[in-house]
Amino acid sequence: MSEARIDEATGDGDGAVLTKKDFTSANEVRWCPGCGDYAILATVQSFMPELGIAPDDTVFVSGIGCSGRFTYYMDTYGMHAIHGRAPAIATGIATARPDLNVWVVTGDGDALSIGGNHLIHALRRNVNLTILLFNNQIYGLTKGQYSPTSEEGKVTKSTPFGSVDHPFNPIALALGAEASFVARTIDNDRQHMTEILRRAAAHRGAAFVEIYQNCNVFNDGAFDMLRERQHGIHNQIRLQHGEPILFDEDTRCISVGENGRLVITEVENTMKDRIVTHDEHGRPSLAFALAHTAGHGPTEPTCIGVFREVDRPVYGEAMIAQLRSATDRLGAGSLEKLLRSGDVWTVE
Amino acid sequence: MSKQVEEKERVVIRFAGDSGDGMQLTGDRFTSATAVLGNDLATLPDFPAEIRAPAGTVHGVSAFQIQFASRDIMTPGDHPDVLVAMNPAALKAELKLVEKAGTIIVNEDAFTQRNLEKAGYASNPLQDGSLDGYHLYLVPMTSITVRAVEELGLTRKEAERSKNMFALGLVSWMYGRPVEVTLNWLQAKFGDKPQLYDANVAAFKAGYNFGETTELFATRFEVKPAPAEPGVYRNISGAAALAWGLVAAAERSGLQLFYASYPITPASELLHELSRLKNFGVITLQAEDEIAAAGIALGAAFAGSLGVTGTSGPGMDLKAETLGLAVVLELPMVIVNVQRAGPSTGMPTKTEQADLLQSLFGRHGESPMPVVAARSPSHCFETAIDAARIAVTYRTPVIVLSDTFLANSSEPWRLPKVDDLPTIDPAFATGPNAGQEFMPYLRDEKLARPWAVPGTPGLRHRVGGLEKNEAGAISYDPENHQRMTDLRAAKVDRIADDIPPLEVDDPDGDAELLVLGWGSSYGTIQAAVRRVRGAGRKVATAHLMHLNPFPRNTGEVVRRYPKVLIPEMNTGQLAMLIRARYLVDARTFSKVKGLPFFAEELETEMLKVMDE
Repeated sequence: MSEARIDEATGDGDGAVLTKKDFTSANEVRWCPGCGDYAILATVQSFMPELGIAPDDTVFVSGIGCSGRFTYYMDTYGMHAIHGRAPAIATGIATARPDLNVWVVTGDGDALSIGGNHLIHALRRNVNLTILLFNNQIYGLTKGQYSPTSEEGKVTKSTPFGSVDHPFNPIALALGAEASFVARTIDNDRQHMTEILRRAAAHRGAAFVEIYQNCNVFNDGAFDMLRERQHGIHNQIRLQHGEPILFDEDTRCISVGENGRLVITEVENTMKDRIVTHDEHGRPSLAFALAHTAGHGPTEPTCIGVFREVDRPVYGEAMIAQLRSATDRLGAGSLEKLLRSGDVWTVE
Repeated sequence: MSKQVEEKERVVIRFAGDSGDGMQLTGDRFTSATAVLGNDLATLPDFPAEIRAPAGTVHGVSAFQIQFASRDIMTPGDHPDVLVAMNPAALKAELKLVEKAGTIIVNEDAFTQRNLEKAGYASNPLQDGSLDGYHLYLVPMTSITVRAVEELGLTRKEAERSKNMFALGLVSWMYGRPVEVTLNWLQAKFGDKPQLYDANVAAFKAGYNFGETTELFATRFEVKPAPAEPGVYRNISGAAALAWGLVAAAERSGLQLFYASYPITPASELLHELSRLKNFGVITLQAEDEIAAAGIALGAAFAGSLGVTGTSGPGMDLKAETLGLAVVLELPMVIVNVQRAGPSTGMPTKTEQADLLQSLFGRHGESPMPVVAARSPSHCFETAIDAARIAVTYRTPVIVLSDTFLANSSEPWRLPKVDDLPTIDPAFATGPNAGQEFMPYLRDEKLARPWAVPGTPGLRHRVGGLEKNEAGAISYDPENHQRMTDLRAAKVDRIADDIPPLEVDDPDGDAELLVLGWGSSYGTIQAAVRRVRGAGRKVATAHLMHLNPFPRNTGEVVRRYPKVLIPEMNTGQLAMLIRARYLVDARTFSKVKGLPFFAEELETEMLKVMDE
């Protein structure tokens, strides 16, 4: 979303200050009690007023899965679409209407399995979207099958002997798709999520945010090593641009090991110049390496925060510019002239 | 030397050569000159799916057929009077089509031992007497072309490539086509590449002069202009007419045209044509896949554009789920299906009309969708406009059926006046429709729901694939689902009140047989009917443009005649609908060879059915 649009929207307002209530629909929220989605919804609804964009100018598009219901709970324009296709549909909306603030809400099955193609192409094109991927590493709505982010060996209804599928790393996937903004946050860390949403919303082009989300029914505790305070303080690696990457109460760090590989080491045993300083805007290789510091689970220290943010031309803007330059060069199209272009003849 | 001039009423010429020989271009240029001369005409491009199939082989032959006449004609002709064969493979592939005692002009230079073998000839047909009975002209096209351009410093290979212009020049001379049309086109095409321009002009003129000066050709032919209604005319292909129809619909509705598509034969031409029209404000988006193309168009429709996607059969399969969503969202959207021979990849460059039942029923659940079909290349224009009108007025996706034959072939078209084209009112919702409330599924008298686009103050609502009630809330209420299912069906059915009745052509009103058609078979049916009537028999015709819903009088029409025959390039899909809907014993005449009907086979079938 462009800053210009924020200013415009604020300027257009009647001066009334937006509140969480303005973004909360009358629909009863029907996720399972204890679902991480509640916390995400509350955080998003609380954050939206800060943008100063009217709910009338905001669109949420979602796919299928538990995350898909999100759209019904936001009092904005919205479309609860079909499985995996939200990024494509949102591409149509955002390209046709650059004036709108368009969000996509999706899940690990929706975005990474059935809709994988649409996700990577929306990211590659840099469509002006904010994409929230709720990753709970399970198919919840269909009652508990393994997902494309489930760890190997995962026992589910469809893998009673354990999954033999290797999972996707969503951050690495988004980086591989040349996403211009890639971040990760956690459902129950309201402050961190708000900060990430703020950054994502301010980003021009496609902003990809993976949210670790607990499914307390079918995959409870998948993220406990990060979500639970007593573990989180040891395992959350909070990325901050321009800062050395320290965690576990600054006792451990990410440093450059053999062959340039990033490794987790004790600060006291690490030469200071080997400690990695986070750079969101540099080459994608750093972000890619950071995406791979943790194994899949995540059961080990794992990075959260903004992995990468770069400035790239925004899809839609270039398209509109092309329409304008064609019109400048060729003149506004005349249907009458078009019909008569080429060889015509007259019968008297 | 003066040449005899013989007048002809109609001529069918077929240009055939290797797929790299430029036969489509040759045919296309001959067509333009013929159109400007004022003949009526119809064309049939026929090419392989391979871009450059192995040179010299029969399956790599690309052909272009044109019929032109001094009266109105309806088809590209069943059998060529003249075959221009650029190599042995072209002769081998096309000879069976040529009229007995027809004319064959071959590029003699190409009949080498190697080429003969590649085409599968055991002996040289130019010498073994197998072409006795034809008027055979042996013209060394390659060598004359090479000589004609030798001053220009081209490589031999480059020089040889101009031989299609030689052939065009020769045939243009034979039939008195205006040379300026071709020269002007070459100027526009190659004006900035002087060497290529000079080579093509030299080859074209060499062909023209060859006819004029050699004694090989004693006669040239004249086909006078066909009488036509006063007006301004142009030649138009179905692909261009469809694209321009969409542009017209956008202009007449004030909506932005947003075309999202994935490359597929034979629908890519639509994407190409619309992509050129950026100065009309047309957004074109080449999507990552067929599903995305449909989703993007639907998203654009939700956002207030005229959302259109186009594809062919395999793409329709993939888009089905999105079309089902569009049905339930009740948003305007146009889906163009340029049908090709299936199933699966089938024969991608060959025509068929076998997606009718898919259009009506190819989605899960009760998912009614209007379907319209164009009957000729120029008719694609008004079909596109009408599809958009129905989509916008009734807030529904609409399928437009074209096919390979319609898309690629062309005919003269009397240009409509833009001011006479229908206007389309988007009638966007601007305020509450239920007291102070906005109910997204509250319907108007046409049963259409409001189109409230994002950004409209106070009309925020959520749509989605889940069943809704009038207020737009998710509903699993049994009565609500029954009602909404019935309403969606009734809405589509009511469109029948807003389309013209089915017109019947039955001069005396007492025909023994009704021939009912849809889509691109129109021209051939008309041509066959003329022949049958010429033989003194009484036959009626009717042609459906609206296939869902049918015009209100369709049942009455099909019940009016003792016999009903439905020719289709499928195995009887319209017949199945007519039989099911109206309990009429309609008969099918089926052809699925990847080619349009021939008038003579339809004529034979009509007579057979009448005589039973």
